[in-house]
Amino acid sequence: MSLIEITEVKKRFGDNEVLKGINIDVAPGEVIAIIGKSGSGKSTLLRCINGLETIDEGSISVAGAQLLPDELHLKALRLKVGMIFQQFNLFPHLTAGRNVMLSQMVVKKTPKAEAEEIAKRMLERVGLAHKFDAYPDQLSGGQQQRVAIARALAMQPIALLCDEITSALDPELVSEVLAVVKELASEGMTLIMVTHEMRFARDVCSRVVFMHQGRVHEIGPPEEVFADPKTPELKQFLGVTH
Amino acid sequence: MSDFTTWDILRNLLLAARWTVLLSLVSFIGGGIVGALLLFARTAKGKAGPAFVKTYVELFQGTPLLMQLFLAFFGLGLFGIDVPAWLAASVALILWSAAFLTEIWRGCVESIARGQWEASASLGMGYVQQMRHVVLPQALRIAVPPTVGFSVQVVKGTALTSIIGFVELSKAGTVVTNATFEPFKVYGLVALIYFCLCWPLSKSSQILERKLNVAHRNH
Repeated sequence: MSLIEITEVKKRFGDNEVLKGINIDVAPGEVIAIIGKSGSGKSTLLRCINGLETIDEGSISVAGAQLLPDELHLKALRLKVGMIFQQFNLFPHLTAGRNVMLSQMVVKKTPKAEAEEIAKRMLERVGLAHKFDAYPDQLSGGQQQRVAIARALAMQPIALLCDEITSALDPELVSEVLAVVKELASEGMTLIMVTHEMRFARDVCSRVVFMHQGRVHEIGPPEEVFADPKTPELKQFLGVTH
Repeated sequence: MSDFTTWDILRNLLLAARWTVLLSLVSFIGGGIVGALLLFARTAKGKAGPAFVKTYVELFQGTPLLMQLFLAFFGLGLFGIDVPAWLAASVALILWSAAFLTEIWRGCVESIARGQWEASASLGMGYVQQMRHVVLPQALRIAVPPTVGFSVQVVKGTALTSIIGFVELSKAGTVVTNATFEPFKVYGLVALIYFCLCWPLSKSSQILERKLNVAHRNH
């Protein structure tokens, strides 16, 4: 039984068809890495899964919640999948703790004390319990991204989408974020991540999706995809020369 | 020879200035409330709301306030509705302020990064929740200086209501001039009173701008 079902998804921006019929089924607990050149549609696909982009054809469902373009269905879907962004997108006017508390209180109507309790636990989980009262611009990029992860986790999603979450970070901060993601993966969280961290994809992911020109060009377990790329496009992308 | 002392003139002008202050407050607060409602319609998804507000703003920004006052005062009169000057003045100024405030605030809301909308949406928040908890608190900080700055325009705008016979500071100036035949002195005092009302507002706008910028840098 698949947790996330992506069926024949097509997406156009004007005349430009960026997704040309995508089919991916994700089982619970799977960690999927989506790789590919910029413009291959990988970020768009991720953004479609939680309704930040509308789709033109096909269907997407997450644990039974269908992607439909009205606020009620979107909310139901987004309660099941959290998203983490390249630019962190923390709310700059709120402290780290408040960032994690806000959506619990507003969307789930969790009482404040309980939301605070959960926020503390989530921040502890990403190693930032001591930064509860810090504002986002007092934190490093890596810390901000970990707060963003805690914020998404506080909504208790069953899957997380990660959109190039380490691309905006200084090199020395990448590992602290990846460590948190790895931890989540080992706890059985379903993850779909667009990433440029090939080593991470190889070590942690259960499957790798290579996208090219709006299509799933190759898909398979990392050892297969990385060690034995079938298509010239993937070979070129991975820098394998024969 | 005039029988009026300077104090007589000033006293009468100050009494009328109360109405200028009251009308300014009514226009600004009323305009703020209407403007906030229009802002929600303007920035929401969908077509009808934004299109309506856009046309509304263009109409009010594209015609002189004086014409709006005439229309409010004489227009309803055509239908046999007797509109007192104070009512016409308040309604016209409220609608006029609303148009400008909506436009100022829209700019502030749109200056909030798209990522803020996306992050809050991905956490399951609806449009009103996003506005209330994420976007407006940030936009407010940017909006305070231009909003306070606009209040100066409102104060000066009330002067036009003298044309439809609302007795505020400018109208009182005309009346007093007709009695004293000292236009330079009277209008000089009128201008001085306007300045005393407006200058603190412009100044506070500048101070707020500096203060909020500093606050923004700190966190």
